[in-house]
Amino acid sequence: MNITLNGVSRQISSPPLTPLLRVLRNELNVVSAKAGCEAGGCGACTVLVDGRPQRSCLTAVGSLNGAAVTTLEGLGTSENLSAVQQAFVHHYAAQCGFCTPGMVVAATAYLDAGGSDDKEAIQEALGGHVCRCTGYLKIVNAIAAAATQSEFDLTITAEEPNVVVKTGGR
Amino acid sequence: MSIDVLIPESVDAAAEAYGDGRDVTVVGGGTIVVQLMTQGWLRPTRALMLSKAGLSYVRKSGSAVTVGAMTPVTDVADLFAPLGPCAANVGDNEIRAQATVGGNLCAPTPPEHPSGDLQGPLLALDASVRSTGAGGESTETVEEFLTHRDARLVLDLSFEEPVAGAFAALDRPHAHHPTALAVSAVKAGDGSIRLAATGAGPTAIRLSSAEAAADDPEAAGQAALADADLQDDALASAWYRERMLPLLVQRVLNEIKEV
Ligand SMILES: Cc1cc2nc3c(=O)[nH]c(=O)nc-3n(C[C@H](O)[C@H](O)[C@H](O)COP(=O)(O)OP(=O)(O)OC[C@H]3O[C@@H](n4cnc5c(N)ncnc54)[C@H](O)[C@@H]3O)c2cc1C
Ligand code: FES
Ligand code: FES
Repeated sequence: MNITLNGVSRQISSPPLTPLLRVLRNELNVVSAKAGCEAGGCGACTVLVDGRPQRSCLTAVGSLNGAAVTTLEGLGTSENLSAVQQAFVHHYAAQCGFCTPGMVVAATAYLDAGGSDDKEAIQEALGGHVCRCTGYLKIVNAIAAAATQSEFDLTITAEEPNVVVKTGGR
Repeated sequence: MSIDVLIPESVDAAAEAYGDGRDVTVVGGGTIVVQLMTQGWLRPTRALMLSKAGLSYVRKSGSAVTVGAMTPVTDVADLFAPLGPCAANVGDNEIRAQATVGGNLCAPTPPEHPSGDLQGPLLALDASVRSTGAGGESTETVEEFLTHRDARLVLDLSFEEPVAGAFAALDRPHAHHPTALAVSAVKAGDGSIRLAATGAGPTAIRLSSAEAAADDPEAAGQAALADADLQDDALASAWYRERMLPLLVQRVLNEIKEV
């Protein structure tokens, strides 16, 4: 069987009941999708199947013959980050980074489907994604920013720090 | 050991591949079966994947609705109560898009807690289940089906839009589990009231004693305890469920009374 992975047609030799996550990581050597729980409960393994976010750990690869699968590797490169990836960097939306590929993939699908910067809608869209580090606030802020902005300043230097100024007393 | 995997591309081919169902593991959306295989609880020898079998559809004709077994839970989330709100409450949006209605009806009952939230609304709607297997195709009520659901391939479910419906569930701390306890109510065209609960037994159950007392929601709530088989499990204690079941029954009855 075949899938189109990040735009390239790939032949799959794993048995049809193998979870897509294991096919990606073990057979195709594409490792952005993470094995968090392998039971559908964390979202770290999320990839796009024909443009829609899906848990790769719950997806038997045999159901995907002819489908287009997009992983984080298909969204941007280190030199050319996607808007969502830039927003994650600019807003410090990743700490350990384990949940980040799933978050970015799901956020991309949400925005591609016309999702807005409404924070409740973003929380609902990413309701299946667990992050143990960030407290979610920065992730939601980053996605909200990416809803209205496609370029972010990533050149944070001592001369041009990313400073937040707040004024006012108690 | 190699596994025989069948991926039929029509309903007839699926029925033929299923045969009498012996030693066949059906894979619907896979949200339960695939993790059971990953964890080693399930080692199929023959698997039937329904992804291309043409069983995903919601057909409406007047007040009659038919839902294919492979229809994603998302696609029934905007239907009337109690089914719609119950479906909208399943997992998160990615799970709802992958999980199927047929897989939910057939969700195995693990020792940790009951599973299959949609069973309650389907019972209250008195849905009929069209299935195939040994002896060929047959149609029966959900209530009958739940007594032997391991041995059939579900094709679709049919039910009538009720005059009124309501769904009430205990809120969940997170979206990773079925609800600990939920009650569905339906007022049928003839004015009769049907009540069903999930989380009050190994599968969803009809609350017939509560139905008989439905004119008085408080009494009906107490009566529901006689219908239930409340257990301690990972989601809630029997003690807690005993206190919450009457409340949920009262809530749904008050809701449909106003219609
Ligand atoms: C993170 C997470 C959250 C979840 N939250 C909920 C929740 O809130 N509420 C809830 O009810 N469930 C929940 N589930 C469980 C599950 O997703 C649902 O029950 C779902 O509807 C199962 O459908 P499926 O198609 O994915 O099932 P599958 O895994 O494909 O199958 C489930 C069972 O049904 C059988 N089966 C499937 N289709 C058929 C058919 N047509 N005929 C006969 N047998 C069939 C399979 O052999 C298997 O035994 C959750 C799961 C996860 C991973
Ligand atoms: S690894 Fe798939 S949801 Fe956790
Ligand atoms: S950044 Fe560590 S889990 Fe989210």
